[in-house]
Amino acid sequence: MSWLETLRTSLEAIRSHRLRSALTMLGILIGIGAVILTVGLGEGAQAQVASAINSLGTNLLVVSPGSTTNSTGVRGGAGSATTLTVRDANALATPGVAPDIAAVAPTTTRSTALSAGATTWTTSVVGTTPAWEPVRARSVAEGRFLTDADITSEAANVVLGPATAEELFGSTNAVGRTVTIGGLPFTVVGVLNSAGTSSTAQNQDDQAIVPISTAADRLIGGGNRTSVQAIYLQASTSDGLSAAYQEANQELLALHHITDSANADFTIASQESLLDTASSVTQTLTVLLGGVAAISLLVGGIGVMNIMLVSVTERIREIGLRKAVGASPVVIRRQFMVEASVLGLSGGLLGVLLGIAGALILPHLVGIQISVSPSATAIAILTAIAIGLIFGVYPASRAARLAPIDALRSE
Amino acid sequence: MTTAEYPALPRDARAAAEPVIDIRDVRKVYSTGAIEVEALRGVSLRVEAGEYVAIMGPSGSGKSTLMHILGCLDTLTTGSYLLAGEDVGHLSEVDLAVIRNRRIGFVFQQFNLLPALTAWRNVELPLSYAGVRRAERKARAIELLNRVGLGERIEHRPNELSGGQQSRVALARALVNRPSMVLADEPTGALDSTATADVLSVFEELNDDGHTIVLITHEEDVAAHAQRVVRLRDGLVESDTGAAR
Repeated sequence: MSWLETLRTSLEAIRSHRLRSALTMLGILIGIGAVILTVGLGEGAQAQVASAINSLGTNLLVVSPGSTTNSTGVRGGAGSATTLTVRDANALATPGVAPDIAAVAPTTTRSTALSAGATTWTTSVVGTTPAWEPVRARSVAEGRFLTDADITSEAANVVLGPATAEELFGSTNAVGRTVTIGGLPFTVVGVLNSAGTSSTAQNQDDQAIVPISTAADRLIGGGNRTSVQAIYLQASTSDGLSAAYQEANQELLALHHITDSANADFTIASQESLLDTASSVTQTLTVLLGGVAAISLLVGGIGVMNIMLVSVTERIREIGLRKAVGASPVVIRRQFMVEASVLGLSGGLLGVLLGIAGALILPHLVGIQISVSPSATAIAILTAIAIGLIFGVYPASRAARLAPIDALRSE
Repeated sequence: MTTAEYPALPRDARAAAEPVIDIRDVRKVYSTGAIEVEALRGVSLRVEAGEYVAIMGPSGSGKSTLMHILGCLDTLTTGSYLLAGEDVGHLSEVDLAVIRNRRIGFVFQQFNLLPALTAWRNVELPLSYAGVRRAERKARAIELLNRVGLGERIEHRPNELSGGQQSRVALARALVNRPSMVLADEPTGALDSTATADVLSVFEELNDDGHTIVLITHEEDVAAHAQRVVRLRDGLVESDTGAAR
């Protein structure tokens, strides 16, 4: 019997047991769809976090006040203390101090109400320097960014994020208009370009940038006016990132008169270390989801196994009859092998379609990115076919070895 | 419809030198756990080409077991079986499959038609395992169904056919590969008298055409159609009318 003939016979058998075939395929389909979706969710989360961190800028180091290291004395966690000041930023920016640091942007951020005419909008007001624009890899859509002159003159100028401009002025041009921030009238000198479409980028599009000197003296005031929440450092090259880290660390330790770096009252994080932390979290997530997927594949596989075993047992008489009219065991085995492969493969492909459809539709419903992993898909399909083959062919091949009359007599 | 692969049975098959069936001192022991049942206790039988033999005997006499051994559907415990001169006792599974396919046409008591297949698809089954092309298989199957009077029923499934019609489909399937002999296990057991007469007339035609036929029956009037009656009792040949020519 030729392979084509065998295929035809197998397809006929699949068609004549429609419900059973459908159930077998359903088990495989759901298992594989689940693998694709859950692994895709994990990988999607990983990609999303990575892109969020990368969108902060390139070759970036972030110095935050406070320490995450366990040390003696009273210390807050990273970001909570007021130990970083504009002075630190200026020291790092001084030519010759840190040759591997290309740009320094101290930032001080607080949430404040902005009003333009009758419209009021509360958002992050960021006090910073002109270096912020290149360091954070942003650009201006209209007007201009802050200048050094704005800093030295403590000018009441503001650059708005596109979302903020939209909230305050609608679609009309915001440049040249006046915005009141903390009771002080500011002139809009520029509007930023959008940072992108990710949810992190949306936050970055809603902020107001003012000169750091203006923010310190005219918005914040008080004794902590020169403290900053973060100093963004841009290394001159990506290779110089660790050198930049060392330079910043030593300079700040010296400035703060700290001899033991374990007692540092600041924390320097690189994008890489952020990525490492984030990906170790998302990796755990991926492993967890992958485990769930593997279990659902296993459950699907056991279902397939059951149906196959029952199906073959029910068909032992058919096997006996086929043998009685001249089918050799090889031909019988081949028929069941083709049947199992067809079921496994078509169930697998439908599962892949389901998974991909889910990966396309779900992000619109729940706002989570899903990236389909080819390797997980391939493994899932191979598993499905293997399950079908093992549990479909093994009992069939045992039945094919029976004397025809024994197979015919079986109930 | 004759192909080089399947030469038609020669008209004067009776002249062939070798007996179609030659079994000597065949024993068959079934063991289920500690209990051993001896179904055949030393049966010897020769059937020449072209004979029409009825095997009779009460239930438990071993006639079905003998039939299954003759049809290469079951293995014998001791003894020898020469099928047209060839010792089938030592053949591999694959060779036995070929023997069952080419030499033997078996009509089962329960017909054993595949319920999912139409009449002609059931009939062509042996041909598909013989590697005959589909178009030719269909032509042969329809030819055979016409011959057993089921030309109008080729697209019907077994559950749409009466018992007599099913038995004729089973008979057509047994004949489709032009076997050297037709073995039938109580082919009329489940049929009414009209259907029985139909089936018996087909057997007679086949025998007239030179086919060797061995059938099991417990009905004397069915056995009366055969040229030779072999009676079994307790796994032994009780009587044999011998070749009636």
